[in-house]
Amino acid sequence: MEVWLFVPCLVDQFYPEVGEGMARILARLGCRVHYPPAQTCCGQPAFNTGYWEDARRVARHFLRVFADAPVVVAPSGSCVAMARVFSQRLFHGQPEQEAATALAQRVFEFSEFVVKRLGQDDLGARFEGKVAYHASCHLLRELGVSEEPLRLLRKVRGLELVEMNDAQACCGFGGTFAVKFPELSTAMALYKLEQAQKAGAEYVVMNDISCVLQLQGVIERRGLPLRALHLVHVLSGEGLA
Amino acid sequence: MSRVILDSRYFYQNVRVSLDDSALQNALRKACDEVLGKRAALVASTPHWEELRRAAHRIKEHTLARLDYYLLQLEKNLEAQGVRVHWAENAEEACTEILTIARKHNVWTAVKSKSMTSEEVGLNAFLEGRKIRPVETDLGEYIQQLSGEPPFHIVTPAMHRTRQDVGRIFAEKLGVDYTEDPEALTQIARRTLRRDFLSAEMGITGANFAVADPGLIGVVENEGNARLSTTAPRVHVVLMGIEKVIPTLEDLRVFLNLLSISSTAQRLPCYVNLIRSPRQEGDRDGPEEVHVVLLDNGRSRILADPAMRSSLYCIRCGACLNVCPVFQRVGGHAYGWVYQGPIGSVLTPLYRGLEYGYQLPFGSSLCGACAEICPVAIDVNHLLVELRARIQSGLNTSGLLERLAFRVWSFVASRPRLYRAGALLVRVAQSLALPRRRHLRLPVWSRTRTFPKLARRSFYRRWRQLADQLSP
Repeated sequence: MEVWLFVPCLVDQFYPEVGEGMARILARLGCRVHYPPAQTCCGQPAFNTGYWEDARRVARHFLRVFADAPVVVAPSGSCVAMARVFSQRLFHGQPEQEAATALAQRVFEFSEFVVKRLGQDDLGARFEGKVAYHASCHLLRELGVSEEPLRLLRKVRGLELVEMNDAQACCGFGGTFAVKFPELSTAMALYKLEQAQKAGAEYVVMNDISCVLQLQGVIERRGLPLRALHLVHVLSGEGLA
Repeated sequence: MSRVILDSRYFYQNVRVSLDDSALQNALRKACDEVLGKRAALVASTPHWEELRRAAHRIKEHTLARLDYYLLQLEKNLEAQGVRVHWAENAEEACTEILTIARKHNVWTAVKSKSMTSEEVGLNAFLEGRKIRPVETDLGEYIQQLSGEPPFHIVTPAMHRTRQDVGRIFAEKLGVDYTEDPEALTQIARRTLRRDFLSAEMGITGANFAVADPGLIGVVENEGNARLSTTAPRVHVVLMGIEKVIPTLEDLRVFLNLLSISSTAQRLPCYVNLIRSPRQEGDRDGPEEVHVVLLDNGRSRILADPAMRSSLYCIRCGACLNVCPVFQRVGGHAYGWVYQGPIGSVLTPLYRGLEYGYQLPFGSSLCGACAEICPVAIDVNHLLVELRARIQSGLNTSGLLERLAFRVWSFVASRPRLYRAGALLVRVAQSLALPRRRHLRLPVWSRTRTFPKLARRSFYRRWRQLADQLSP
């Protein structure tokens, strides 16, 4: 199966190893991996903040780049939600409506693709430590992906999965919300991290790089004995040094 | 200590004030967790919960698409039973209509059971200004009225109050001895309110539902105060928004379960009052007159707005408030108007105007917990984004700098070469300026969080090498 990678801007610039890990895993599972170099961003930041004209400019570019993709896979629930759900609203009644709807059917989040489409959950990974899973909001509520990441984590050797209270509560990132309401956003992150610590976790693992940025940012500032990781970090062993 | 300002235009400021209030934080966490826990258990043991939600959504969709038909049917059936129906286009008309009825019956005291719609039209202040005493009879609502505060939550008006708070308010306002025993406090309220129930010439309630066929008003409650308000006084007035109508009793069954589980985590409310008519020949009690005031107050405007129409499906259960991570920290008064939380952030800009409610839709991380819990399956978070777009294109509230930033970002992010060049520029800058630092310093963000530097090589730069390794 041919798979086109979408490596969202935050992954591309801050956590490239997550893109790399994803590519390696997909290749190992027998996919022919292709990366269109003209890709940039999905347009979500502007969409969520209400600048829809600006969002359309970027989302249009996204549509062009992936127009011929048989399947697009990305390691981020919220960017996939943009391409699958929000772009349909953004282009509603616009010339790109048809293209947006067509592409929406072919975009998948990494864990969803691996478990549902490829039917794999044991990737032969090894990871030592106590892990609490944080259900990223867009992945969970816009895409309805809840079990897939957990199935992948349960098969990791050496990994002890601990359940934290309120695992499905938001981490407080929320795009521009994080800077429009910084105190509130941080309070939400702290609550989340407190739940992880109470559960005895050493790592909080999630499927969205923006949540990683948010939680790791608070962890470092507060010097908490935790680390926020992307699911791909755990599954691929990339970037853990 | 600074206080929350009851005005939506101060939402940003109110958020900060609330976050500093540790008593509020604790009260909210406890109250929300408790009701959410009970609700979750009930939902888990309710077969076909999801189907019920979908059914409720469809019923609302259907009814609102033919609202004129169902409202006229409701009017006809109520009038046939001897109920008088009035139409009010706005808050002022609704208040005036109720005043006219009160004057006709020489009303001095009106007992009220909980009604957010009466809050919406400012009925209490209106009546007080005309020498009519409105008495809130729902315990939480009564506590709030005594303390001079508006309801804090659409279902639990005194959610933020501790037993000690209530004890102090009662001692101060009712002249009783201080006690913090809930049982004793309830008895005090009961004794005081009994006198008002017996002397009030008028009862005012809202409506949870109005069933078009056979024409009845449904008011659900747990305290019996609505039952008294609708039966003891000579006149009963119902004030309801026009969106509350549903077609048949069959539909009511769907909503009763959904509402009580979602609002107070009960299978069914303690009291279900179904009101069809005034006192009939041979009845031992009941009001001599029943009036229904059908309120528009912007609802028909929202009905004509396809993207916002689903906000009219709301049955005011308050579940989206309880589950919202923002509400759980800022509380109801921060939102500055009658309706709070996620749905309030939609309703306030719609009913009061974007200029008044423009801050609210941005006060959400768009996590979607509200849409997930909503018993009528309203996509509240999507409505918030929709409103954001209207605010950004219609008002200049976000500032030139933000607008410019997004314009520049979209210009760059839609041009791959420019995007790559921009990232390269940042990389060069950070290696020259911050060779030893691990983090960038971003305005606002970095006050409470670190932010990583850009990776030495982007994925794009690594791809060629990676592709060679991957292709056998």
